[in-house]
Amino acid sequence: MNQLLSIDDLSVDDVERLMELSTSFAEVLRRSVPKVPALRGKTVIMAFFEDSTRTRSSFDLAARRLSADVATFAAGASSLSKGESIRDTVETISAMGVDALVVRHPHPGVPAAISRYTTAAVVNAGDGRHQHPTQALLDLYTLRTTIGDIAGKRVLLCGDILNSRVARSNVALFTKMGAEVLVCGPHTLLPPHSSTEMFGDPVQVVRSIDSVIGSIDVAYMLRIQNERIADAALPSIREYRTMYGLTVDRAAKMASHAVVMHPGPINRGVEIDADVADSEASLITAQVAAGVSVRMAVMYQLLGPGQFRDVSGDFDPDAVSNPGQRAPDGDAATGDGPVLDSTQTLNLTEPTAATPVQETAS
Amino acid sequence: MSQTIVLKDGRLIDYAGDRIADVVIDTSSGMITEVGTGLAAETEIDCEGLVVSPGFVDLHVHLREPGLEAAETILTGSRAAARGGFTAVVAMPNTNPAMDSASVVEQVLAAGRQALCEISPSAAISIGRNGEQLSPMGELLGAGVRIFTDDGNGVQDARFMRRALEYAGGLPNGGSPVVLAQHCEVEALTEGGVMHEGEWSAKLGLGGQPSEAEDLMVMRDITLARLTGVHVHFQHLSTAGSVAMVRAAKAGGLPVTAEATPHHFTLTDASCAGFDPVFKVHPPLRTAHDVAAVRAGLADGTIDAIATDHAPHTPESKDRSFDDAPPGMLGLETAFALAYTELELPLTDLLALFTWRPAAIAGLSDHQGSALSPGRHANIAVIDLEHRWTVRGDNLASIARNTPFEGRQLNGRVRHTFYRGEQVLANFEVTR
Repeated sequence: MNQLLSIDDLSVDDVERLMELSTSFAEVLRRSVPKVPALRGKTVIMAFFEDSTRTRSSFDLAARRLSADVATFAAGASSLSKGESIRDTVETISAMGVDALVVRHPHPGVPAAISRYTTAAVVNAGDGRHQHPTQALLDLYTLRTTIGDIAGKRVLLCGDILNSRVARSNVALFTKMGAEVLVCGPHTLLPPHSSTEMFGDPVQVVRSIDSVIGSIDVAYMLRIQNERIADAALPSIREYRTMYGLTVDRAAKMASHAVVMHPGPINRGVEIDADVADSEASLITAQVAAGVSVRMAVMYQLLGPGQFRDVSGDFDPDAVSNPGQRAPDGDAATGDGPVLDSTQTLNLTEPTAATPVQETAS
Repeated sequence: MSQTIVLKDGRLIDYAGDRIADVVIDTSSGMITEVGTGLAAETEIDCEGLVVSPGFVDLHVHLREPGLEAAETILTGSRAAARGGFTAVVAMPNTNPAMDSASVVEQVLAAGRQALCEISPSAAISIGRNGEQLSPMGELLGAGVRIFTDDGNGVQDARFMRRALEYAGGLPNGGSPVVLAQHCEVEALTEGGVMHEGEWSAKLGLGGQPSEAEDLMVMRDITLARLTGVHVHFQHLSTAGSVAMVRAAKAGGLPVTAEATPHHFTLTDASCAGFDPVFKVHPPLRTAHDVAAVRAGLADGTIDAIATDHAPHTPESKDRSFDDAPPGMLGLETAFALAYTELELPLTDLLALFTWRPAAIAGLSDHQGSALSPGRHANIAVIDLEHRWTVRGDNLASIARNTPFEGRQLNGRVRHTFYRGEQVLANFEVTR
């Protein structure tokens, strides 16, 4: 695996491995110095051709917490639209020396096209309406840490499915991991002709959110955009909330264990009422928090699968023979972040899926 | 200097029949002078085991000149045509400037005089192909145009299309009726669409163009052909629905004809799964069901002609996102081999789709798609049905390389092409 373009790229085993790594990295993030040198010397470019603050910050932080060098190539999509070919763009970026590209683009398939022109790892950070695989992975991770295994659970995705890359990735990942996926939304915003299958995966399309609200384990609400009204996909925002919104009244009918999710940014009072978004059942903040550790897992897996122990062993042999001393150079190579002491380095580089670090060695 | 060439022992297939004979060509007059057995000439070309056919006529090519010469010129496009066995191509008017005036048409005709095949210019129905003001059709007819089309765009307004049909249908035409050719696409239904709307567009997150966008315009123009009595030619049919409607309209005796492209009878929307814009084309690649319907339409005569919609684009313009890349694909050099390899049609029926039927629609029958007999123009394709070859974009004559058939193994290839008696293709290579 040296690219993550779509959930289709992942086997169930791949997903399990990423979940285990995410657990390990989540543990790292809880430490006083939430950083490991696993990707020291690696260069990650954030190639963002579409405005994004949330996803970019999350990837950026994830890469830095793995001690990778990070640079941002934030061009408006227009620079590609207005003549520069994808190949020229990739060669420009590659000429800087790069181990991984994290790509966000408003058009489907651009990360795939980029991956054809580079040997660097490519992570799709969202391509138009196509895929946003790390969002699905962080959603799965969030569910694993709250309601547990999703196999057999009933997950409702509600809203603008047609225009949502999150929906495409999540339908694929949730069904892959055994959940029963229900879909609800205005039929102008569902793919045409879908009733039992969507994007190639089995789903159940329901016309009424009220008919299933009491029986679901997860209500996953999608953002609705105002321009859908001009496109005659919706009569009004008010009508949308009435028919498809997760209102306080609806949320009250959910099972006590059921949870509420949303990829953000949320429109309070539209697809989800403010009090629901802020309720105990809401995992919205947990999703954001999970983003960093899950993206650390993805980048770690792409830039050195199976080499975690080797990297830690090779990283700083002096730290083993001279415990208590500062690691030579420490974290200076990245030019940012705290310098790790050798004890921390030795221990922090230990966590693996098989043996997550539970305590320090000292 | 007069010179004669004899094509020896070929299998001659034209609308008059299928027989083994020699054909003598006089290169100075550009005519066939003798057909028979045991004939001799100054130059002899052994055609034993080869098929000798009238040269092919392509109702639909984009030669990009004037305006987009980085992708193709009239000369390079005509080389591709010669290699594909075409001795006449109808040039689409979506050049820059558009072919909506006699001066641009004359410019194309002038460049066409150096070409390796006949360049028959079409002209726009509306000024600038904008669907708002009629082009000077009478003047254009006088300049030699027989086919009017806003290809690339369909005429969206029903009233405007009615007016265009009425006006063009009433012009003095010297006995060669005009044809209005329609790019069938109701844009209100295709806005934002870059591929066929279906399970693949849903999965890929790409905007879809429903089949019904084509069906609706075919339905509308069938009714307008009935209203006006003027010939409507449907370009690049791609849907099962439109094939069925054309079939019914023909059964009802309406003046309609249709063409289909090789890519619409060989490729499906699943080709777009890798987001490679080489598979982006309008109308889009559709489903296996539609491919089967197009093939059935070709087999039963509903569709009159195989036209390539040869649409060169530079590598850099295709190296964009699927959304941004321009639609279109090369077609001239692969058309016959694809049809021969993929369609299970009797050879005579297959050649009819390439020769006399499109020649009749284009108003070129007096010298293209003609019988192989003395006194007829020597526009001839000599086909090697046994030749097996692999498509390589780099080896095509076009400046552009955007073939969607890269690496595909095909059977059958045109070995020699004669245009006005001149051998423009000899053993698969153009002579100039």
